[in-house]
Amino acid sequence: MDEKRTVVRGPAENRNMPLSWRKETKPHRFCPGCGHGIALKALGEAVGELGILDRVLYGCDIGCSLLSWDFFNFDSVQTHHGRTIPVVVGAKRARPETIAIAYMGDGGGYAIGAQHLVNAAQRGDQITAILANNTLYAMTGGQLAPTTLPGQKTGTTPYGREVRKTGAPMQGPELVAAIAADGAYVARGTVGEYQQLKEFLKKALRNQMEGRGFSFVEVLSTCPTNWRTDAKATWAFLRGEMARYFKVGELRVPEPVAGGEG
Amino acid sequence: MMDEQRVLKIIVAGEGGQGVQSIGELLAEAAFQAGKQALYIPNFGVEQRGGVSVAYVQIAEEAIGAPKFLYADLLAVLSKRAAERTKGYIKPGTIYLYEESALAAPVIDDQAVGIQGYETVAPEGFAKMVGAAAAPASSPPVDPSIRPVGIRAAQTAKAELTPRVFNIIVLGAITKLIKVLPPAGVKEAIAKKFGAKFRENPELEALNYQALAKGLTMIETEGQQ
Amino acid sequence: MTGNEVVAWAALVAGADFMYGYPITPQNEIMHYWARLAPHFGRGFLQTEDEMAAGFAMLGGALVGKKTFCATAGPGNILMQEPIAMAEMMRIPGVWVIQQRGGPSTATVIYSQQELRLTTAGGNGEGLRIVYSTAFHQELFEYTIKAFNRAWEYRFPTFVLGDGYQAKMREAVTLFRPEARGWTLTPAEPLVRRPGIPALDRDPVHLRNTFNIEEELYDRLMAQLAAYDRLTPEVVEWEVEVGPETEVLLVAHGIVARAAKQACAMLNRQGYKVGYFRPITVRPFPGAALREAVAANPNLRLLVVESAYGQLLALVKAELYGFTNAIDTLLKPGVGITAEEIMAAVTARTPKEVRPGG
Repeated sequence: MDEKRTVVRGPAENRNMPLSWRKETKPHRFCPGCGHGIALKALGEAVGELGILDRVLYGCDIGCSLLSWDFFNFDSVQTHHGRTIPVVVGAKRARPETIAIAYMGDGGGYAIGAQHLVNAAQRGDQITAILANNTLYAMTGGQLAPTTLPGQKTGTTPYGREVRKTGAPMQGPELVAAIAADGAYVARGTVGEYQQLKEFLKKALRNQMEGRGFSFVEVLSTCPTNWRTDAKATWAFLRGEMARYFKVGELRVPEPVAGGEG
Repeated sequence: MMDEQRVLKIIVAGEGGQGVQSIGELLAEAAFQAGKQALYIPNFGVEQRGGVSVAYVQIAEEAIGAPKFLYADLLAVLSKRAAERTKGYIKPGTIYLYEESALAAPVIDDQAVGIQGYETVAPEGFAKMVGAAAAPASSPPVDPSIRPVGIRAAQTAKAELTPRVFNIIVLGAITKLIKVLPPAGVKEAIAKKFGAKFRENPELEALNYQALAKGLTMIETEGQQ
Repeated sequence: MTGNEVVAWAALVAGADFMYGYPITPQNEIMHYWARLAPHFGRGFLQTEDEMAAGFAMLGGALVGKKTFCATAGPGNILMQEPIAMAEMMRIPGVWVIQQRGGPSTATVIYSQQELRLTTAGGNGEGLRIVYSTAFHQELFEYTIKAFNRAWEYRFPTFVLGDGYQAKMREAVTLFRPEARGWTLTPAEPLVRRPGIPALDRDPVHLRNTFNIEEELYDRLMAQLAAYDRLTPEVVEWEVEVGPETEVLLVAHGIVARAAKQACAMLNRQGYKVGYFRPITVRPFPGAALREAVAANPNLRLLVVESAYGQLLALVKAELYGFTNAIDTLLKPGVGITAEEIMAAVTARTPKEVRPGG
């Protein structure tokens, strides 16, 4: 039941779309300009190239990430807001050959489910957590998130985030890197750098495949709907203001995982 | 001594670390071995760490109901605080077994209410409280059929054996008083519970059996009160 | 042995693969015993960061085809309702052992029957669960095994509802391997990660618990309610002693039922005409059996006895809608109830002129 099989590439008719993408559910349900589609594309390609389609259990959080539930050609489960990490931890512990992926937003990972992120990292659970950071709660209409930038207007900070009252943007990967058990892989990518992001995701998955430890990738993402930005302004916010607070790069790389290809 | 429910109800109360729960476990185990029904439940309130420790044991021929009960047929009290905590379980007819070093010998006086002579001077209100458990304060003096039985288990253990077997002396005394468990069965229960410890330390095994024998013989069950 | 130890042994012989747990009194020793036993039998244990994590991790384990369980109490049971709701929605099996403690809030770590409502009907749904309320250690053992079988047979969250007394008390129990009694263990099937490569050998499995339109949810729920109605006659269990002569019917569940049964026997010895009804499954509730018992005598009075303030009473009343029998109560939230107290409640309510011998 658990034998490992390798699928590097799908049948010819699927060549234009990664085998890991579910053709029947495309086009996807995200808003125009949303970063989720890009992050998920990178994840799908990474899974496909690593040949682990049959081993993946993909859990998606509540928030816009739930819309990815039927995005892929691998098994998935929608969980509750903030609870995706414990679900995939439970699966991983019960059947360790599973490649457990938890996909969530910044609210799910850094607010309501922060205890799960912190403890899974600290225990060194061999799962891959991917967190899309778009600086706010998107599905509920754009409220303050732990990652909201100073001065940024949201539904619950209509006059802009005041750091003295609600704190500064959460530095998630920095937190995880500080506390994660040995063998952790921690990085922050961005939908603005697709190849780099895919590379980070592949390394994070390979870290799990090789049984080293917890892996975590924060993905800087876009939300033009709630940012109320056009394409140009969206891109400018991602590459400009967000990049000033959130440094893209790798924070923890276990020695043997260096190099994404292979 | 059993009531209409045909269940013998025992409470052992003392300080944490006196071995109270072991006595409860051993009584239940010996009862199982004797083919009886037995139910033992420790108190496990917030006080379970370093406070008063209470063991509730019921022994019967038929199925036992609730794990706790209102009145004890035998109440064994090993410390002052334990006496205070369990006074509400006394009823007419209760055998009140107590450690003399913790509670001075009670003076039984038909005119008095309940058990007196708590240490040298009864703490204020103690006699009334003990009595009140058995009968309302306005009622006539409590039934003198409450049987106080004092033992010097602590002194005996320290002087003749080892302080560690204090609780086994008490267990012997209880076994003698309740009359329903064969002493050989209680000895077997001790062997079963502490088997591993005894293999490591055979001397301890002998000390435990001597303690049991001391407890069985240190009180006279006949002629008391 | 203690009830907590009994549960750990029962889970072991019932084929439990993995326990996810978080410390809370009075269930801790279930984790202790399990954690000690598990490695010797190839089973797993993980202590999580809270009860929500434990509950959701159970679901993850069950999804990939393992038999998972957890034990909790009081405030932990409250947190556990969130994963239980997901299990209910998505029909993910699991076994929860609840050792009830006093409430609300932190209250006592000792005992109560105040988690009946939460365990049978908690969550933001219809309470589609199977809940066994045990009274003796033998039952704790046998119903824990049964709970694993029922959970994986019907795929509804399944509970063993115990309490602090059962958790901590010692009484005799006969342990056995279920197979030795001819009991078949229900196998655990994976819901995801079945054999084959998704998109090549089989379709991917996408499990969903979010619905876009009301009717979509309605259809799903009605199908689940129908499934629950079908299982009800198969799983419902009760104990009853009643006859046409019965004047007072004691109704109690769990450990209080022990006292009720004892009071019933003693009162009958004294000449009172007392019967006894005990739901063993408190969800689904044995309503038809209760109605039949009450119908034994049109003048029968009920005495509902529980260590809670009307949680069992509410279930009884709902089942007896339309009956005119009087319902008396002995309600002691968070406190144990003895046979003597029940006897006193019965005799006090029996008019002097009809008291046996009086």
